[in-house]
Amino acid sequence: MTSTTGSATSAGNTSAGTATTGTLFTRIIGAAAIIITAWVVVSAFFITPADVQQGDSVRIMYAHVPAAWIAYLAFITTAVASGISLVRRHRTLGFDRVAGASAEVGVLFMGLALITGSLWGRLTWGTFWQWDPRLTTTLFLFVTYVGYLAVRSIDTNPQRRARRSAVLALLAVLEIPLVHFSVVLWRSLHQEASVLNPDGDVRLDDVMLFTLFSGVVAFTLIFVWLVMHRQRLAALQDAQLGAGLEAAIAMRRAETVA
Amino acid sequence: MRQALVVARKDLLIEWRARLLLVRVAPFALLVLVLFAVALDSEPLILRAAAGLVWLAMLFSSLMLVQRSFDVETDDGAVDVLLTGTVEPAQVYLGKMLAAFAQLLALATTLVLGAVVLYGATVGADHLVLLVTATLSAAWGLSSVGTLYGAVVANMSGRDSLLALLALPVTAPLLIAASRATEAAFGSQTIDTASGWAWTALLVVFAVTFTAAGAAAFGTLMESDA
Repeated sequence: MTSTTGSATSAGNTSAGTATTGTLFTRIIGAAAIIITAWVVVSAFFITPADVQQGDSVRIMYAHVPAAWIAYLAFITTAVASGISLVRRHRTLGFDRVAGASAEVGVLFMGLALITGSLWGRLTWGTFWQWDPRLTTTLFLFVTYVGYLAVRSIDTNPQRRARRSAVLALLAVLEIPLVHFSVVLWRSLHQEASVLNPDGDVRLDDVMLFTLFSGVVAFTLIFVWLVMHRQRLAALQDAQLGAGLEAAIAMRRAETVA
Repeated sequence: MRQALVVARKDLLIEWRARLLLVRVAPFALLVLVLFAVALDSEPLILRAAAGLVWLAMLFSSLMLVQRSFDVETDDGAVDVLLTGTVEPAQVYLGKMLAAFAQLLALATTLVLGAVVLYGATVGADHLVLLVTATLSAAWGLSSVGTLYGAVVANMSGRDSLLALLALPVTAPLLIAASRATEAAFGSQTIDTASGWAWTALLVVFAVTFTAAGAAAFGTLMESDA
């Protein structure tokens, strides 16, 4: 328990009984994220042209592609942080918290990517879903991390939770390439007639490309902002749990003295 | 390896005395086959789907087996005693995997026979080797993943539903490969014997990967908390 209380002092500003998870750094990131997101919204809706084939539905891309990118970035972050936390598990739970925070945000963005993608698919392909390898792998990744979060949400000893969830996150790294490979093989065997252009390739002009790039930057900033806050919140929760335990022990001691 | 065999023998002995496989899991698996037939309600469709349905029923039933395999370990902290002794965690994992493998193999045989009897699936003599190899490798893969994820959720509250949520997505490649290989062995129109063997190769890769991962991770998962 000393490790959790020790790291809590570095997490957030604890002054006069109130604890916040914001720092100057997160405020700068947050402000930058708001400004760039505003630019992306304006550009996506009003500045960029509609696609010759897809029309206005191409604008979904400016949210969909960055969301999918962040989802994968989040899961890589979770895997790396889990690996580190397994190796250095006798120190602190810091990397475990980063892994958990990143997975939570990743599931959120992957949900967004799946929803925006299927809306776009309905408009472009005429169907919400296609059993294409990329989509299927993404869906399995999503379900895998929902399971990962379910394991994290179970109340147990933090050290044990850190170990189990780290192993799970690393197993997902094994699972996903196997899923992807088998789905590719599966689809190549009975490929059905694709609706329109299966990749939905769009010719991007400079403004579109810049807007897409801005979207990726904006979403990355939002991701970093969310993970930092979430991770500090988890540290505060752990610290509170530790403090509650210490208070209870002190109370029992006082009882025996009296 | 000797220790692994002792653990496997212990698990199988417990199973033999309780006969859970015989009285609960195998009837459940056959029931699933019957329910699929009722739900699909078309004989040509059932015959075409037979291989996939067999392996889907295998996945569901294997969850029950794995659950049981870890309940006997975590009740009364039996596994802690095993591990505080001189038994290597990897050996315990391999032993439990072997025991699960033997049971899953029996279950798979039952289900394939079930598909032959209930769905009218046929296996030609020339496809028998493919069917046996595919079933062996799929049962191996399933036992490796099942034992590994059983260890992940061992001793957790709400572990039954959690095991399904965690293990089933991982078994997706196994479900695809085992179904296709079995389909080829059942003499399918769309999949030839050569692809059946390719899918079997994927099953072996899957099984080797997760056996290695399980042997490596088991110690970390079972570590008791100071």
